[in-house]
Amino acid sequence: MKNEQISMALTDNSEASTLQKTGIILFASGILSAIIAAAGAGNAQPVLFFWLAFGLSTAGGLLYAYTYFKNPISIQNNGIFNHGISNRGAIAWLTGLLFTGFYIILYWFPQYLEGLIRATDTLSMLLRNRPADQWFLYGTIYTVAVLVMGIRFIGKYRHSRYQVVRTLSVMFFQTGFAFLLPAVLLRLNQPEFYFSYFWPLKYSYLFPNDVNYFLNSGSVGYFMVFWGAVMTFIATPLLTYNYGKRWYCSFVCGCGGLAETVGDPFRQNSNKSLLSWKIERYSVHSVLVLVSLATILLWVNSYTNGAVLGNFSGSFAKSYGFFIGSIFSGVVGTGFYPIFGSRVWCRFGCPMAAILGIFQRFKSKFRITTNGGQCISCGNCSTYCEMGIDVRAYAQKGENIIRASCVGCGICSAVCPRGVLKLENLDEKSRFEGYTKPEIN
Amino acid sequence: MYLKVVIIGNGITGITTARHIRKLNNAHITVISDETAYFFSRTALMYVYMGHLKFEHTQPYENWFWKKNKINLLQARVDKIDFLHKKILLNDESFLNYDKLIIATGSLPRTVDVPGQHLKGVQGLYHKQDVELMEKNTAGIRKAVIIGGGLIGIEMAEMLHSRNIAVDFLIREQHYWASVLPIPEATMISKHIAEYHINLHPQTELKEIIGDKNGAVKSIITSDNTEIECQFVGITIGVQPNVNFLKNSEIAIDKGILVNDFLETNIADVYAAGDCAQFIHPKHKHPAIEQLWYTGKMQGEALAQTICGHKTMYNRGVWFNSAKFLAIEYQTYGAMFNTPAKGDTTFYWEHPKGKIAMRANFNASNFTLTGFNFMGIRFRQAVAENWIIAQKNIWEVMENLSLGFFDPEFFTNHHQPILTQFLQQYPKPIA
Ligand SMILES: Cc1cc2nc3c(=O)[nH]c(=O)nc-3n(C[C@H](O)[C@H](O)[C@H](O)COP(=O)(O)OP(=O)(O)OC[C@H]3O[C@@H](n4cnc5c(N)ncnc54)[C@H](O)[C@@H]3O)c2cc1C
Ligand code: SF4
Ligand code: SF4
Repeated sequence: MKNEQISMALTDNSEASTLQKTGIILFASGILSAIIAAAGAGNAQPVLFFWLAFGLSTAGGLLYAYTYFKNPISIQNNGIFNHGISNRGAIAWLTGLLFTGFYIILYWFPQYLEGLIRATDTLSMLLRNRPADQWFLYGTIYTVAVLVMGIRFIGKYRHSRYQVVRTLSVMFFQTGFAFLLPAVLLRLNQPEFYFSYFWPLKYSYLFPNDVNYFLNSGSVGYFMVFWGAVMTFIATPLLTYNYGKRWYCSFVCGCGGLAETVGDPFRQNSNKSLLSWKIERYSVHSVLVLVSLATILLWVNSYTNGAVLGNFSGSFAKSYGFFIGSIFSGVVGTGFYPIFGSRVWCRFGCPMAAILGIFQRFKSKFRITTNGGQCISCGNCSTYCEMGIDVRAYAQKGENIIRASCVGCGICSAVCPRGVLKLENLDEKSRFEGYTKPEIN
Repeated sequence: MYLKVVIIGNGITGITTARHIRKLNNAHITVISDETAYFFSRTALMYVYMGHLKFEHTQPYENWFWKKNKINLLQARVDKIDFLHKKILLNDESFLNYDKLIIATGSLPRTVDVPGQHLKGVQGLYHKQDVELMEKNTAGIRKAVIIGGGLIGIEMAEMLHSRNIAVDFLIREQHYWASVLPIPEATMISKHIAEYHINLHPQTELKEIIGDKNGAVKSIITSDNTEIECQFVGITIGVQPNVNFLKNSEIAIDKGILVNDFLETNIADVYAAGDCAQFIHPKHKHPAIEQLWYTGKMQGEALAQTICGHKTMYNRGVWFNSAKFLAIEYQTYGAMFNTPAKGDTTFYWEHPKGKIAMRANFNASNFTLTGFNFMGIRFRQAVAENWIIAQKNIWEVMENLSLGFFDPEFFTNHHQPILTQFLQQYPKPIA
């Protein structure tokens, strides 16, 4: 009897690893098909290659995700630092290189993706009633990735209903608001609009060009401008006051959605040093200043009809778009997941996060509460904080964690083996109670 | 000249003392320790083996912290102390003087006394070096045996399980940790252990360890003469104060270094705290040696005050502790034993699916709360502590239980079923 049990334990694990391997093989075949399609085969056989590229990789991803549902309902971090992919091994660098390469081709050499873009034509016609372009291809890959890796995430963290709820939420917003709705709008000959992105993340929504364009597109366009302004100036402060920045970063945002799902295997690689916190504060607030400047300059220019600034504001905004919008948020932000952790962009670059963070730090009911003296300083919370917050530094002193960068993902609370941390919205007044004097002032 | 404080041991106790002295004054502080160069969290060692963390993640402070705060770290072993001349002898034969000495040397794992105890593959788990040894001893093996069902035993079982090593777990009691947990909780955890395919052998002890021709473990023989094949034997039958180097010196030792409530030893200017200290007059219902992370921390905080001239008694406050048994978290507040303390009665609720449970003990005559156990429920320490100190009426406690729940948002709140069962068992008296 005893021996039977033991052999069961072992077969359980080897069965899981067979499933995982099959998943990886299927996924790799999907990627290979995508490369073949891009190389030209997709032009001749678009439908076949759509199914090969997306079908195989999705099936592989789902199989891999399924193994997480078979493991015990608990933290599933075994071996993370023993595997090259999650511990910055050669395979992680290679993956980073592939991600980065993909972004570079997507942004600047889309001609090399032609075959793959054609493979998504059928879907594009169906949804948008027009042929696909590189951005439609990107949107499709992005959404499928969030969905598949979202399912994996739910399997991995299914012991925590907070994790399940917020993951379903980002999956919903990505699919509905960032993929289907803009496509349907195009189909109805309305402006393409992402209701889940606002200025300053989607900076152009308050640039004069976009605003004028929307206003010239009739009543729906008016609503879009209205929506964008309300979300930026009214909803953002209100929601952040009540719930912290997590209402956006961990429940709605597509960048956050990708980081939480596709990026989850890499979250532990974010840097926790005091130095990186300093760099983060300089860089994220600089980006906010830059985007605000770009916006103001453009409006000044548009009011004065270019009399004062000439071409300057236009090229300033263009440079912002190139360096921050494309290189930082795309190439570096996502391409470097396997090396710098999953939220490089959110932490060091996102101007939306910067604004939300300022509210969260100075005017919000949100905090992470520490449960008295129960912390054993183990470091799980800090290690798995994707924003590089040294959660333990607060927890072991019994202090609340109130940090501008905290996206409220709740992973620190989920991985804590002693039940020390709780994300809460409570009376604003008592937030900093219990803060103690450091060793050296 | 500044006060010269020397601390032996850079564990939670020694380091907390050092940090808090630094907050209070400019003393010259030296921390000597042989295990590691920098302070790390011993409680996290299991996660290093399991690959959840790298060793560096267990270090709560960045390496620059110590210099910045002028805390000198010295990696060396203290071999002898000359209390008369206030001098410490290190293993490289150098000396160090002190004005005040704090001994915080922690524990050593207890060893078994059976044939085969020195075979390769037999070990305990306490120091960083033990994890490194375990890494070697378990490389490529299939079967392991663990002796002793305490908190470190179950951690070791989880560690081995994470590497797909089959575990036989020998415990003396009828159920896991039944020396501390009441039978329902202990049974629940035992069942949970079985779900992980870890073979619990209740009421079984180790008789002999058998080696192969290379001097490595091959199997063990249990007290009922069963042979269990294994390539690793983990001994987790508890820890004992690490004070051997002080035996036959002037300092008074029983099991640990004897201290009063101010953590003073029998020698002036010499203090002991943490796992290695033993209270001469332990508080009612409290152990004489407190071998916990939290207690080491709290003792260090009190001791720093005393060292800096604000003589402060160590006050443990309301007892609390927590642990995790595989996937089930456990928190306890107040004096909770495997049977209710004298004069107490008890209420226990368990979720129909197991894995979640709570217990409240209260005084049988005046119905005031004395303590809580929670399994799979997180509970606010401050709330539990206040209620226990205030001797809150048990019906009030049960009606307001939600105030203490600390589970993350969207988790099921079990207040209603708990309250309903409680009122069935203990109808509220009509006022
Ligand atoms: C695996 C494991 C898990 C645990 N989990 C928990 C938990 O979850 N919760 C909890 O409350 N407690 C837990 N504990 C207990 C807790 O870790 C200890 O109570 C605590 O670490 C004791 O701290 P300390 O500072 O007194 O001693 P230690 O941490 O042992 O530090 C003493 C240091 O002094 C060094 N030293 C000893 N003698 C000399 C000498 N002669 N010269 C130089 N240096 C010397 C030792 O090498 C050691 O580094 C756990 C313990 C272990 C082993
Ligand atoms: S502190 Fe916790 S909730 Fe905030 S970002 Fe880090 S892991 Fe997420
Ligand atoms: S995970 Fe929990 S116990 Fe560990 S350091 Fe963080 S708060 Fe403390």
